[in-house]
Amino acid sequence: MSGGHSTYTPRTGIEKWIDARMPLPRLMHDSFVSYPVPRNLNYAYTFGGMLSIMLVVQIATGIVLAMHYAASTQLAFGSVEHIMRDVNSGWLLRYLHSNGASFFFIAVYLHIFRGLYYGSYKAPRELLWILGCIIYLLMMATAFMGYVLPWGQMSFWGATVITGFFTAFPIIGEPIQQLLLGGFSVDNPTLNRFFSLHYLLPFMIAGVVILHVWALHVTGQTNPTGIEVKSKTDTVPFTPYATIKDAFALMVFFLVFAWFVFYMPNYLGHPDNYIVANPLVTPAHIVPEWYFLPFYAILRAITFNIGPIDSKLGGVLAMFAAVLILFVIPWLDTSKVRSAVYRPWYRLFFWIFVADCVFLGWLGSRPAEGAYVAMAQVATLFYFAFFIVVMPVLGLIETPKRMPNSITEAVLEKNKAGAPVQIANAAAEPSHKG
Amino acid sequence: MSAHASDDTSRRDFLFIATGMAGAVGAAAAVWPFIDQMRPDASTLAVSSIEVDVSSVEPGMSLTAKWRGKPVFIRNRTEKEVEEAKAVKLEELKDRDARNANIAAGSPANDLDRSAGKDKENWIVMVGVCTHLGCIPLGQAGDFGGWFCPCHGSHYDTAGRIRKGPAPENLPVPPFAFISDTTIKIG
Repeated sequence: MSGGHSTYTPRTGIEKWIDARMPLPRLMHDSFVSYPVPRNLNYAYTFGGMLSIMLVVQIATGIVLAMHYAASTQLAFGSVEHIMRDVNSGWLLRYLHSNGASFFFIAVYLHIFRGLYYGSYKAPRELLWILGCIIYLLMMATAFMGYVLPWGQMSFWGATVITGFFTAFPIIGEPIQQLLLGGFSVDNPTLNRFFSLHYLLPFMIAGVVILHVWALHVTGQTNPTGIEVKSKTDTVPFTPYATIKDAFALMVFFLVFAWFVFYMPNYLGHPDNYIVANPLVTPAHIVPEWYFLPFYAILRAITFNIGPIDSKLGGVLAMFAAVLILFVIPWLDTSKVRSAVYRPWYRLFFWIFVADCVFLGWLGSRPAEGAYVAMAQVATLFYFAFFIVVMPVLGLIETPKRMPNSITEAVLEKNKAGAPVQIANAAAEPSHKG
Repeated sequence: MSAHASDDTSRRDFLFIATGMAGAVGAAAAVWPFIDQMRPDASTLAVSSIEVDVSSVEPGMSLTAKWRGKPVFIRNRTEKEVEEAKAVKLEELKDRDARNANIAAGSPANDLDRSAGKDKENWIVMVGVCTHLGCIPLGQAGDFGGWFCPCHGSHYDTAGRIRKGPAPENLPVPPFAFISDTTIKIG
C-alpha cells in the first residue's frame, strides 16, 4: 500500500510459502512496520490509531452485549437492567460500551480538529478527508441508534425528535419518517430495525476505515510543517517510532477512559434514561448526547422563516449543512500553505472556531429560550462564516510565515537552540537510533 | 472478424446495453421488497380506529387516549376557554388553517372549525403531538392557557392553535365522530 519498494524478506520456509501464495504478511509489514512516517509527528497524530482501537472495543463489547439484550419494547429496558445486575461482568461491559461511544467521539473530534489545524484535507488528500467525513456520518448514525436501544425516556424522545426532522421536508417528509419508523410513531418496529442497523453499521465503518487507511498510505501522512516528505532523512519507520508513540498516547487515553468507566460511568449520560420509555409523557427537557449538542444548538438557532423556508425546515437544513460542509472544505480553503503553524491569522481563527464549537455545545445543553437563542444564533453565524468566509478569503490575503525547505530542516532548526548535541544524532540515519 | 467489424460492434453494443438494462431492472425489482418491508406493517395499520368513553369528562377536564401510538387529547373545555378562543382574530394566528380532518381542507382556523362542531363546541379532540419535533405538549400551560411544549417552547391556545414558538402548525384534529352522546370514535 505504501507504493514504495517492499523491504519484507520472508525468513522461514512457511513465510516464503505464504508469501508466494497470498502475501498478507508482506502487506502488514509494509503498512505497519517498515512504512515511512514523517519524523516530526507530534501527539496530535496519534488519534487515528486510537480510533481504530476504539472501534474494536465497541464492536467487541457490543457483540457480547447483544447476547443478553432483547430488542422488544416490552423487554428492552428490563434486559439492560438485567445486564447491569445479573449478567457476570455485565455492568463493566455495558459501561465500557456506553462510555466507549463518548470516548470514540472525543477522539474523533480531536482527530478532525487536528486535520483542520494542519490542513490535512488539502491536495492530494481530499479523498482521504472525505472518507473520514463518511466515517464520521456513519458514527453519528450508529451512536444515535445505539442510544435508542436501552428504551429509556431519552432514548424514546431523542428518537422521536430526530426522526421528526424529516417531517420538516414538504411532501416527501412524512412518508420518509414512516419508512424509518415502520409506523406512525416510535414503537416496536422502530426498536427492532434500529438494533439491526446498530449491529450492521460498525462493520460498514470498519470497511470505510480500510479505505481511509489505504488512501492515507497512498499519499502518506501530513506532518506539523505541512511540507511533503522529500528525502529519506525526513522519515522514520512506522515501527518502532509511530507504534510506540501511538501506544503511549493510547495508554494515557485509556487511563482517562477507565476513570470514567469505573468512577463516573453515568456522568456523560442522562438520568432520565433510567426511566422506562413512556410515549405519553415527554421529559421536561430533551437533550441529545453531548457529542450532538453543537448541532442541536444550530438546529434550534433558526427560529425565523427564511423566504419560503419556514423555521422548522430552516433549522433542519442548517443542522445537516453544518455536518455536510465538512465534505467540501478541501475546495473552500484557498491557501497554498498547508499548516496553521505558518498561518498566523488562520491559527487565530482556528482557535476561535474551536471555542465556538465548545460554546455551541454548551448552548445545546441549555433550554432554547431568552438570551440562549440569541447567543446560539451568533455562534451559528460564526460556525458557517468560518468555512464560507474565513477559509476562502484568508487564503488569498494572508501572508504566511517563512517556511523551512524540508521536514529535516524544520526539525534541525527547532533543536538548534536547545540541545546542539541532538543535531548530530538527528542528522544520522534514523533507523540506527534507539 | 475485421471484415465485419462495424456490424459486429453495433450488435455487441446493443447486446451490451440490453444486458445492462435487464440487470438494472432486475436489481431494482430485487431491492424493492427490502425497502417495502420497512413501511408500516399490517398489524400497525390494523389498530387505526378506537372508541373512547367520555361520559366522566366534566367541563374543565381532559382525557388522553392512545391512537396509532400517539396521544390524542380530548378536552371538555370551560365556557371561559371557548370564549377566549373565539375572541382571537384570524389575523393573529401563525397558522390560519383549521387542520381538521373532519371538514374541508383549508378551512379557516376559527374556534368552531377546530372544535367538535356546532352544539359540541366545548369539545376539542386533537393529536397531542407538537408539530415542531413531536414532543407531547403539557395541558393548561403556556402563555395562552392552552398547551405548552416544554421541548422547544411552543405555545398553543385553548383551541390548540400555535401562537408562539418554533412549531409551524396547529395541533391536528384527527378524523373522529360522536357515535353516541358519551362515546367518541377516533380514526
